[in-house]
Amino acid sequence: MDAAILITIVLYMLSTAGYLAYFFLQRSRLQQAGLALLVAGFLSHTAAIAIGFAHKGHIPVSNLPETLSFAGWAVAGAFLVLHYRYNLKILGVYAAPVVALVMAIVPLLPKTPAETPAVFKSFWLVAHVTAIFIGEAAFALAAGAGLLYLLQDNAIKTKRSRFFFKRLPSLDLLDSTGYACIVVGFSLLTLGLITGLVYAKSFWGRFWSWDPKEVWSAISWLYYAVLLHGRLTTGWRGRRSAILAIVGFGVLLFTFLGVNFFMEGHHKEFTK
Amino acid sequence: MHDILLIGINHKTAPVELRECLGFAKERTDGAIGALRRLPGVCESLLYSTCNRVELLLVSEDKRASAEAAKAFIAEFNQIPLARFESALYLHENEHAARHLFRVASSLDSMIVGEPQILGQIKDAYRQASAAKTTGVILNRLLHRTFFVAKRIRTETGIGGRAVSISYAAVELARKIFGALDGKRVLLIGAGEMAELAVEHLLRHPVAETFVANRTFENGLALAARFNGRAIRFEEIGEHLKRVDIVISSTGAPGLVITREEVRTVARARKNRPLFFIDIAVPRDIDPEINRLDNAYVYDIDDLKGVIEENIEDRQKEAVKGERIIDEAVVRFREWHESLDVVPTIVSLRQKLDAMAETEIRRTLHGNALPPESAQALARMMAAFINKVLHEPTVFLKHEGMQANKALYLDAVRKLFKLDE
Repeated sequence: MDAAILITIVLYMLSTAGYLAYFFLQRSRLQQAGLALLVAGFLSHTAAIAIGFAHKGHIPVSNLPETLSFAGWAVAGAFLVLHYRYNLKILGVYAAPVVALVMAIVPLLPKTPAETPAVFKSFWLVAHVTAIFIGEAAFALAAGAGLLYLLQDNAIKTKRSRFFFKRLPSLDLLDSTGYACIVVGFSLLTLGLITGLVYAKSFWGRFWSWDPKEVWSAISWLYYAVLLHGRLTTGWRGRRSAILAIVGFGVLLFTFLGVNFFMEGHHKEFTK
Repeated sequence: MHDILLIGINHKTAPVELRECLGFAKERTDGAIGALRRLPGVCESLLYSTCNRVELLLVSEDKRASAEAAKAFIAEFNQIPLARFESALYLHENEHAARHLFRVASSLDSMIVGEPQILGQIKDAYRQASAAKTTGVILNRLLHRTFFVAKRIRTETGIGGRAVSISYAAVELARKIFGALDGKRVLLIGAGEMAELAVEHLLRHPVAETFVANRTFENGLALAARFNGRAIRFEEIGEHLKRVDIVISSTGAPGLVITREEVRTVARARKNRPLFFIDIAVPRDIDPEINRLDNAYVYDIDDLKGVIEENIEDRQKEAVKGERIIDEAVVRFREWHESLDVVPTIVSLRQKLDAMAETEIRRTLHGNALPPESAQALARMMAAFINKVLHEPTVFLKHEGMQANKALYLDAVRKLFKLDE
């Protein structure tokens, strides 16, 4: 598994280099190379996770490196889906470095010896973890689209930074991509929370136990619910929607990592 | 050897007052290229005349006489003394002429680098000249190379890439905001000529609807009819701001026509959809403060000019890549052109036959050594045979009487024996 992870990291880093070079030099060959490397990285990453799964007999999210790796895998996969669905090349400039960075941290973290607690053996857990992580990956991409939106918006408003103006796509495309990501992220987050509740019921005998992670997940869910509601009713779009998507991802990051470091709770053992 | 001559004036060497005196109107070009073809020493001719340049392209066997005669011809044709424009004329020969033509056709020599019209104008001129049969093997080859080079530069560099007119710059900006422009609604305020110029390209896209607001409703009606749009009254502008996506304003009004407050209040009704203002009026019609509202963008005439200037700089950077492509093409054309001389052609023909003879002898002998006397006899026989074969073609090509068609025959010989590979 470690070899596969190392290969994955190298491929993601090369992909990042390809995308960054593309951003500055604007050669479509570089973008194609970046994409091909990302696909290769994603495949070896999938293999690494599959090996982990087979080795342990449960979904490999039992310590922080594994969890991070799974999150990185979800972001890479979500970006690839988005790329082939909308042909949005430029988002790779954001997605590839994010994935590479997340994965670069993985081997640096200490691994806790893996015992297999009973808590892992359930279909509901697999569904819960997968839905939540892919949902979070979609939110990460929404934040990326939001960031690019703000750069382009600023370039058009100030009439100065021609660098971004030339390289970034239209505001409309960035806005609708961000929106699509949030819709997907919200659907999966909802699904992830429901399966989590069912799993909690089956394992601890109650749906809700005021675990900090649960509370913060509910806060994230409400936040995105408000964001979507605002968009559909009063038209929160464009700049405001971009800022909200970035802030939302911050809330989500806190739910994902911050809660584990600063608070106690039954999710803690997943990220020891 | 036949020389290629290019004689002309352009926007860099002559002011417009002079250029307009030297133009060749399209109807009169036929007569002019025919007359040029009959000048002393000239065997091929072509000319193109645009508002920025007049250039004659000649193939001549006596370049001095032809150049003088051509200058005199321009003066006579336009009825203007040679002394008035001679200092503005430039004369390029052979590879310099080819380079100049490549640069002109690729729009590297244009006033606005990368503008696409010039290539079409040269194509027309070539079509006209070949219909009048004033072009021959050299100009045919040169012009085909020119079109090839120009096309290559257009596809391989970004020379024509970015907007360099107000109208195109407006479209480019609108695309960066809205993506596709179909289904967008446009409001024109003011029915002046500037408004028409600015929307010219925008309205070529299938926009959903165009509204025209003008102080004089009748003028608005007339303009709206031209664009398949609808005329509205000036007082209705506020109401229409709720529905349109792009506003182009060009009134002669002394004060603001649309204020920040008006735009701010319609934002909610618009569900914050982006609104793009193009203000080409001086003094300005649109409150520049609107640009600070979310999802509203204001570009005035100076902003658009700024965009254009930067785009022109970009094009000039791309033009450097174009020059490299031209360098390469000039070298290849020169090689071909120089090969169109009798001596090098006969030399390479002889080399080719020698090589063939040597190969065939080797193959026949299969590596068996002949006695030295027999080998020498065989070599002498082959040399004599080659001399006999080459005798008539050499006499023919060197014959004085066929000067006019020399390039044609040399080109044919080179092709028949594949001497250029």
